[in-house]
Amino acid sequence: MASKAKEVLLNPLVNDNPITLQVLGICSALAVTTQLNTSFVMCLAVIFVLIGSNASVSLIRRFIPSSIRIIVQMTIIASLVIVVDQFLQAFAFDISKQMSVFVALIITNCIVMGRAEAFAMKNPVGLSVLDGIGNALGYSLILIIVGFFRELFGTGKLFGIEILKTTTDGGWYVANGLMLLPPSAFFIIGLLIWAIRSWKPEQVEQGA
Amino acid sequence: MQRDSVLGTFTVALVLCVACSLLVSGAAVGLKSIQTENRLLDKKKNVLLAAGLYDPSTPVEKAFGAVEARVVNLETGEYVDGDKIENTLDVTTYDQVKAAKDPKWSVAIPGGEDLGGIKRRERYSFVYLVKKDGALDQIVVPINGKGLWSTLYGFLALHKDLQTIRGITFYEHKETPGLGGEVDNPKWKAQWVGKRLFDEPAGKPVIQVLKGSVDPTSPNIDHQVDGLAGATITARGVENLVRYWLGDGGFGNYLEKRLQKRKASDGQ
Repeated sequence: MASKAKEVLLNPLVNDNPITLQVLGICSALAVTTQLNTSFVMCLAVIFVLIGSNASVSLIRRFIPSSIRIIVQMTIIASLVIVVDQFLQAFAFDISKQMSVFVALIITNCIVMGRAEAFAMKNPVGLSVLDGIGNALGYSLILIIVGFFRELFGTGKLFGIEILKTTTDGGWYVANGLMLLPPSAFFIIGLLIWAIRSWKPEQVEQGA
Repeated sequence: MQRDSVLGTFTVALVLCVACSLLVSGAAVGLKSIQTENRLLDKKKNVLLAAGLYDPSTPVEKAFGAVEARVVNLETGEYVDGDKIENTLDVTTYDQVKAAKDPKWSVAIPGGEDLGGIKRRERYSFVYLVKKDGALDQIVVPINGKGLWSTLYGFLALHKDLQTIRGITFYEHKETPGLGGEVDNPKWKAQWVGKRLFDEPAGKPVIQVLKGSVDPTSPNIDHQVDGLAGATITARGVENLVRYWLGDGGFGNYLEKRLQKRKASDGQ
């Protein structure tokens, strides 16, 4: 049991990472990673929602009629996301302004829904919570890495603090505007996938 | 009761809906007062930013003590006296962004004049009178209009001569970060300071956001601001919305009344 728990918690970090292996949750990984601040808050929000949704779905999994299970999961997820959004607007107003619509879009993040359907529906609450933490951390790991590169090379800053002095502020570093646009996240995620699969060749899909 | 029976399905759906709606409404109602406060504070902060008075070390409320908020009837250009607008709306809680969408409190902007692309505008607007040592120093007016993706909401601060711009800021927009989002760049906003809004003697707003940089030898340099690289449409939007709001359709009547009053009092 202990080894199963460990596996459930740690596997999603690299071996079964929701972004780089399952290629889920890409939308938000492109949208909120222009700055580390927003990436970080997005991670916290997803961690909360994923733990909450996995726990609640698992808790009532024996009562959920299979004909409406998806809509039940969606309702739970949507409610949790609205709660997160409300909290951000109350206690982190500036960041919530920057993230605008993307907090609400956690509802459509396939990772949350995917874990509820694939894991929490079949497993006890404890394991489901661990699975939620693991997947949320796997997602967060990629978001932070992408956010790090995009903010550093796009604006010369990290967490809004100047690291490389840009030419627009009279320094030497010519900021890479592409890094601030969504496609740059594709490049970084692509490179990450390449790096991870070179390190762990078993992740490479075989066949056609 | 069977899990997959019709009754079971309805029961689960009902219980779930009630539980979730309690959760959601609980969070929304419980946090509403803090959120409203945040929004008001953010607006005040941006009025101060436009006026160049914002200092992170001073609490916004304290710095806002030097600012008097008045409501203006945009048709007549006169201040609203007392606590009520047309004996119905309370001045202290008046929400002009909401009013702009309410047919009763807004007017349609004729197509040709709608530079800001906003279709309707409120009939009453706040203006913020910034005092310095008890005397009027700046007038901050709210402005809004379409950029590329979104409506930009902001403030423009005018010197007491009602000609010179003292600052501009946007507190809400959804332009592309790094491109159109550069309207938030302090360096770009700083360029607006000291620019002259109107041509003389016609008094039309002629402020221009260029494509590229301002040519230092240009005769119109007083009216020109650098463009934003990669954000032509946002930049044009900003130019248009400033021209709209400071023109006859927006605060034109109000500014005219102010100038007349001043001339009258100078003449005495």
